[in-house]
Amino acid sequence: MEPHDCRHLLGDLSDYLDGQASAMLCAEIERHLEDCANCRVVIDTLRQTIRLYRDLPGPLLPPAARERLYHFPDSGQFLRP
Amino acid sequence: MDDPLIAETSDERALIARLQAGDKAACAECVELHAPGLYRLARRMMRDEAEAEDVVQETLLSAFKSIAHFEGRSGLRTWLYRIAYNAALMRLRRSRPDSVSVEGAGLDGDAGLPVPRQMFDWCCLPESDFDSREARDQLEAAVQALPEKLKVVFVLRELEGLSTEAAAEALGLSPEAVKTRLHRARLWLRERLAAYFTELAQPAAED
Ligand SMILES: [Zn+2]
Repeated sequence: MEPHDCRHLLGDLSDYLDGQASAMLCAEIERHLEDCANCRVVIDTLRQTIRLYRDLPGPLLPPAARERLYHFPDSGQFLRP
Repeated sequence: MDDPLIAETSDERALIARLQAGDKAACAECVELHAPGLYRLARRMMRDEAEAEDVVQETLLSAFKSIAHFEGRSGLRTWLYRIAYNAALMRLRRSRPDSVSVEGAGLDGDAGLPVPRQMFDWCCLPESDFDSREARDQLEAAVQALPEKLKVVFVLRELEGLSTEAAAEALGLSPEAVKTRLHRARLWLRERLAAYFTELAQPAAED
């Protein structure tokens, strides 16, 4: 496959991975993937990247900061009985 | 996660009505429900925990003050993210006036998408290499390092689970811009993670 095809399909890979590509586009991408090892790596590692971030717990609001949310200046009128 | 654009679980409608009536218990409920997510967004936009905490405080205060004007066009969560994003952006602009405004150029549309460079397939690493504390730190550091305008789209769409439409509403972007920025962010992160995981898979390659 020509690198031209790789570049041409690059913009559609997220749609493909999110299941939002049309049947025609899916077929085009899958045909290209059969012949293009580079794009297979890109799509596999892109899928893996997305999965790793879906599983990432993310920064936790520290308990002390959570506590302070109820006591910051001006919060009294909203939060304290 | 349910679509935050639809403001519509009866629970949420009831909570909004109580907030608008000035019910303090409702404010506390809103903090319980939404502060953790607001903090995750703020922490990823700001440099440290203290700044992130300030953004969350400012967001909640400003939300409680203006809840009367909340029209329910978007969900409460989307509306809060919008306030938090703007609060964080203001702070960033104040502290680094040049850095935030310029980098948006050329981010939308497919023209000039960065060509993938890292071509090692690191998917087959043992799961323990992805699960480690170090890997999670790498994942967080990579998000922190994303260009601002890609980062916030990635955080809201991929990490906070907002729909394309809700993220567009929160950020004042078109749904199309959200989609292309999410895609750019994913490609950018893939390159960065590949550098780390490739090295992990080939520890002897440098010798
Ligand atoms: Zn290709």
